[in-house]
Amino acid sequence: MSRKVGVIGDKYSVMLFKLFDFQVHYAESSSQIRAAIRDMAEKDYGVIFITEEAAASVKETIESYKSRLTPAIILIPSQHGSQGIGMEEIRDNVERAIGQNIL
Amino acid sequence: MAKHVNPTRMELSRLKKQLVTAVRGHKLLKDKQDELVRQFILLIRKNAALREEMEKKLTAAFSSFALASATLNESYIEELMAISTGEMTVEVIEENIMSVKVPIMNFDYEEELIAPPFRYGYLNSNVELDESFEELTKILPLMLELAEVEKTCQLMATEIEKTRRRVNALEYMTIPELEETITSIRNKLEETERSNITRLIKVKKMKQ
Repeated sequence: MSRKVGVIGDKYSVMLFKLFDFQVHYAESSSQIRAAIRDMAEKDYGVIFITEEAAASVKETIESYKSRLTPAIILIPSQHGSQGIGMEEIRDNVERAIGQNIL
Repeated sequence: MAKHVNPTRMELSRLKKQLVTAVRGHKLLKDKQDELVRQFILLIRKNAALREEMEKKLTAAFSSFALASATLNESYIEELMAISTGEMTVEVIEENIMSVKVPIMNFDYEEELIAPPFRYGYLNSNVELDESFEELTKILPLMLELAEVEKTCQLMATEIEKTRRRVNALEYMTIPELEETITSIRNKLEETERSNITRLIKVKKMKQ
């Protein structure tokens, strides 16, 4: 079964991804972002890319999809650059799994 | 802490059976955890490297796009993007790594999407914009690979945590508790036996 690929974030950051034929959603406020994620998850999206800025305001929602196979919610930097949240997540994963940071 | 149970032979054999099962379960889970951690370490290194590269490249692409688009009217840019009408899809197949279900993602996109010439309106674009798009398209395979690896790492981290809790519970709670209970029942049974023998000896003496 083929699933769609979505992008959520502020307009200027995610506009570019229209080039890749991603499904682009502009969302600024946390309620908009939450609604967008929920909508995409319901429509069986395979991957959702979301800007770090957008992700920071809806942490709980993203957390709730972590243990599910799809959608994979992946953080990307926005046009203002990376805030290191994505890297932080990886470090958290390592610590959770192994008990100490080995990276 | 030994559990309070009736010190009978029935109970003893029941507990012994439980202990055998617990030890075997512990060994199996421990093996599972070791293997999961081994694979996780390989993957998470790849994940970190991929993410670092993706973030660096994407930030660069954003800034070059910002420069390129500065000279253009906003509505033109939106127009440029409006050309593309296809749909990128992904096939998600479940794979089983040590009973953790992880996704294998097969992305389905046309090759011409990431090779020049790009499908966007040429009417109002300029050279800088072309270049920044070229830069951006190089990031696409990277982003897609990252999606698969990072999701796998997330799922594995959760499973490793769960498994470690189970292993620890068996190793430090269930198994010692069973062993202690078994010892205490044994002691009790031996004690009863000894007192029985003593009683018999006493009775024999009284009869003489």
